[in-house]
Amino acid sequence: MDMIQITLNGENTEVAAGLTAAQLVEQMGLVGKRIAMEVNQEIVPRSTFPEHSFSVGDSIEIVHAVGGG
Amino acid sequence: MTQNDTPLEIAGKQYHSRLLVGTGKYKDMEQTRLALEASGAEIVTVAVRRSNIGQNPDEPNLLDIITPDKYTILPNTAGCYTADDAVRTCKLARELLDGHDLVKLEVLADEKNLFPDVRQTLKAAEVLVKDGFKVMVYTSDDLLIAKELEQIGCVSVMPLAAPIGSGLGVRNPYNIRFIIEELKCPVLVDAGVGTASDSAVAMELGCDGVLMNTAIAAAKNPVLMASAMKKAIEAGREAYLAGRMPRKRYASASSPVDGTFF
Repeated sequence: MDMIQITLNGENTEVAAGLTAAQLVEQMGLVGKRIAMEVNQEIVPRSTFPEHSFSVGDSIEIVHAVGGG
Repeated sequence: MTQNDTPLEIAGKQYHSRLLVGTGKYKDMEQTRLALEASGAEIVTVAVRRSNIGQNPDEPNLLDIITPDKYTILPNTAGCYTADDAVRTCKLARELLDGHDLVKLEVLADEKNLFPDVRQTLKAAEVLVKDGFKVMVYTSDDLLIAKELEQIGCVSVMPLAAPIGSGLGVRNPYNIRFIIEELKCPVLVDAGVGTASDSAVAMELGCDGVLMNTAIAAAKNPVLMASAMKKAIEAGREAYLAGRMPRKRYASASSPVDGTFF
């Protein structure tokens, strides 16, 4: 399987080429959780997760709400 | 809500509570939930942070406890030191909350006192308002900056009473008062109150509300302090509406001076 380098929440990591946002969320065990994603500082709407696949060098951030003032 | 009062209106929505609370620093989710309930708050702040890989899947999610149908969720940009980071955070929050566009903007300048960087705050506010966000903005107690933030279109301006988490109370009531008098949008004191009397002081000045986190979460009994804060906010509001007696330098007897038999 071809692998590509990406940055996920600040960590360099390798994922399968063609991996979609939906698949990544599944791999991270975050299915059904309230999260939001940006890739290269652009929002990826949740509705487009199944179609959105990553490219080499993408910088991905996945966030959720935590306690704060 | 206090009798003879009108509801607090922010971004077209009416609220009966003038106490806004944060969700940080609590012992656990259950304590957060109980404190929020005791506070009577309707607007509740949250922060936005990275979801860790391999995060405990059984760990309850904050938004499962503070549900958007029960509370108005106010995501903050805490921890941001640049306008760009604050704007990114707000966009992620909007996506996280299905298009909900009310945000608390704070752009910090200094780690020691957590004072706002008002230049970056102004910059971020302009971008966010243009992008359709309803911005409640944390700022210094500087009247000119507060006015500028209102002109940009922020829905609420929120000067600090004292540094975030300091619990020092309203350090400069005169500046807060200037801001209340000059602005048309709701002015909330955000940050710095330490105990119930501090909240009452802020409300007696004529603030439209108070936003706090540490004063409740860091109390020995946070749930009891949440209840105390609720009452202090209401008491301070009523006192403001009632209009306090003038201060005098000398005593004025409460009982009649005439008709004494001795």
